[in-house]
Amino acid sequence: MQLLEFQAKELFREYGINLLESISSTNIEEGRKHAKQLGYPFVIKIQVPVGGRGKAGGIQKCQNDDEFELKYPQVMDLTIKGEKARAILLEKMADIKKELYLSLFLNRSKRCYTIIASAEGGVEIESVKNQIIKEVGLGDVSDEVAKEVAKEMGLQGKTADGFIDTLKKLSKLTIEKEAELAEINPLAIMQDDTVMALDGKFVTDDNSNFRHPELQKYQEKTEIEEQAEKSGFSLVELDGDIAVVGNGAGLVMSTLDMLSDNGGKPACFLDVGGGATTESVYEALTLISKIKRVKGILVNLYGGIVKTTVVAEAFLKAYEDNLIDLPVFARLKGTESDKAKKMLEGSRTKIYSSVEEAINAAVMGKKK
Amino acid sequence: MTDIFGLLKGKPEDPDYKKKGVIVQGITGAYGSLHAHNMIAYGTNVVAGVTPGKGGQKFEDSVPIYNTMQEAVNATNAKISIVFVPAKFFLAAAKEALEAGIKLLVAIPEHVPIRDTMEALDLANKKGAVIIGPNTPGIMIPELIKIGIMPAMPFKAGNVAVLSKSGTLLYEISDALTNSGFGQSITIGIGGDPINGTRLIDAFEMVKDIPTLEGLVIVGEIGGDSEEMLAQKIIDSGFKKPAVAYIAGRAAPKEKRMGHAGAIVMGTYGSAESKVSMFNKANIPVAKRPAEVPVLLAGKIEKSD
Repeated sequence: MQLLEFQAKELFREYGINLLESISSTNIEEGRKHAKQLGYPFVIKIQVPVGGRGKAGGIQKCQNDDEFELKYPQVMDLTIKGEKARAILLEKMADIKKELYLSLFLNRSKRCYTIIASAEGGVEIESVKNQIIKEVGLGDVSDEVAKEVAKEMGLQGKTADGFIDTLKKLSKLTIEKEAELAEINPLAIMQDDTVMALDGKFVTDDNSNFRHPELQKYQEKTEIEEQAEKSGFSLVELDGDIAVVGNGAGLVMSTLDMLSDNGGKPACFLDVGGGATTESVYEALTLISKIKRVKGILVNLYGGIVKTTVVAEAFLKAYEDNLIDLPVFARLKGTESDKAKKMLEGSRTKIYSSVEEAINAAVMGKKK
Repeated sequence: MTDIFGLLKGKPEDPDYKKKGVIVQGITGAYGSLHAHNMIAYGTNVVAGVTPGKGGQKFEDSVPIYNTMQEAVNATNAKISIVFVPAKFFLAAAKEALEAGIKLLVAIPEHVPIRDTMEALDLANKKGAVIIGPNTPGIMIPELIKIGIMPAMPFKAGNVAVLSKSGTLLYEISDALTNSGFGQSITIGIGGDPINGTRLIDAFEMVKDIPTLEGLVIVGEIGGDSEEMLAQKIIDSGFKKPAVAYIAGRAAPKEKRMGHAGAIVMGTYGSAESKVSMFNKANIPVAKRPAEVPVLLAGKIEKSD
């Protein structure tokens, strides 16, 4: 899961990484209390799970009550890259000498953790210059390696000590919480040469969630996504109007691509897993019936051993139970497909022999 | 470098040539027993199963079940195992297999924590063993040996190697290849996880020198940079056989995991554009749809003739 800045900072604080004083809130009443506690000046920071907040106006300086009353609601109402504010963080203003970049990141192709550090931080990672890159196996950073990185960055004295300390703590945090990415950007050198994390990005391995009940509170899922997970499906909500269902992540992605190529807009990505049964397809239709914007359902099932008649039963049952009144455009690869086609004659489900035909039909024939 | 055909098939002088023994870890579970049955039906020589506490029993009245991998390996001398245990027990099962001398471990479970995969891989490296997966459909030489969960129907023996991150796309594309007259010499499921025991580049190393190889099909998806690394490797190695790629996830939103743990674009890392442009650089055409793969491959083969 991907943590918001204030959540990442909660973990940073727990692990002793230096931070400015900050408090998060979800409404202006709470925010006012925090403003008093914190005292002006401070920065109002939108909490969204995407980058580019500053450019979008999601980070605002605030000097007094009047500015607070104006800017807090403004920032709260922003939508950045389609993401609405989850919370607002008020953070003390910093007197910065220099901005560094530091991250520990799972390098998938090298199959090890990698330190990326630079003395020129504060910009997005793609633009960070003079990157120092060190591979560190399962993520454990020794004193030696930490010192080496600090030296290569040209840090000295108190700043070097602060950097080494932060890197070691970030390494411990990454290992213990099983992160795929732990990023501090910028890591600031303050006027007194101490080092502080001004921002934080933290992405954990979802497959290790069962070992981390303490992180459960950071899990953010829509109600439908949560229900899908309970059924053993994976579902991603999208903003179009044709629901895309299939078995296997690759096949559903591929169907999504082809639908988009043909001018369709997917409403969701729903992978029911390797097999397909009457129950699993019925359950998938139940989930889709809860997404209001859906105007048609595109089904792409590749079942080597799946009987398509079994899947056809699920569609028939869904209409019988008034679960859906939407047209279904299905491509079912498997056995007994002639029989399945017969079963569905006269229903609102049409079976096609190729996915291309099913997609064209879905784009043309969705509910108006 | 791994001699994958040596492991899966052996040499004519081997007593177990073309019938290499396979041990099924978790053979009594619902999933394990279904696929053990299907593998046996395909002709795979399943020599033993392992389920703690069920030692001494037999699977379908013929395959002996042992309590531990060590016992199973001692009794059968098998070098291959396939793991069907739940994800949280994968690391323990993998360690047991590798310590017992398994040289090829096919890891079926989905949702294995990354750290567990990395630890298993660390041990495999020390033991000179290969892990395929996790979250893989498996590996097969069509009409000879199937170690995985793939249906038999899409595959036919032939001379095209297929490497795929996705399971169902592997079936879909192999099916399309078979229907166009392209049988497969080997198909390798890389798996949909962020960390793969056998990466695309490793799988490429396994197949690139097959003397009868007529073509290579790469089925990738968004996430990570293993497709980019493979494209670079193909450029550097001077591999000249016809190759075609397919990449799933062009229309997927950024920062969202699309079903597979590994299928996520972070910033620009893992984007479809990056993969497509690297394949273009390597002069490997990228199909827009699965059905286009055999068409592009036929075109490449014609040109190379």
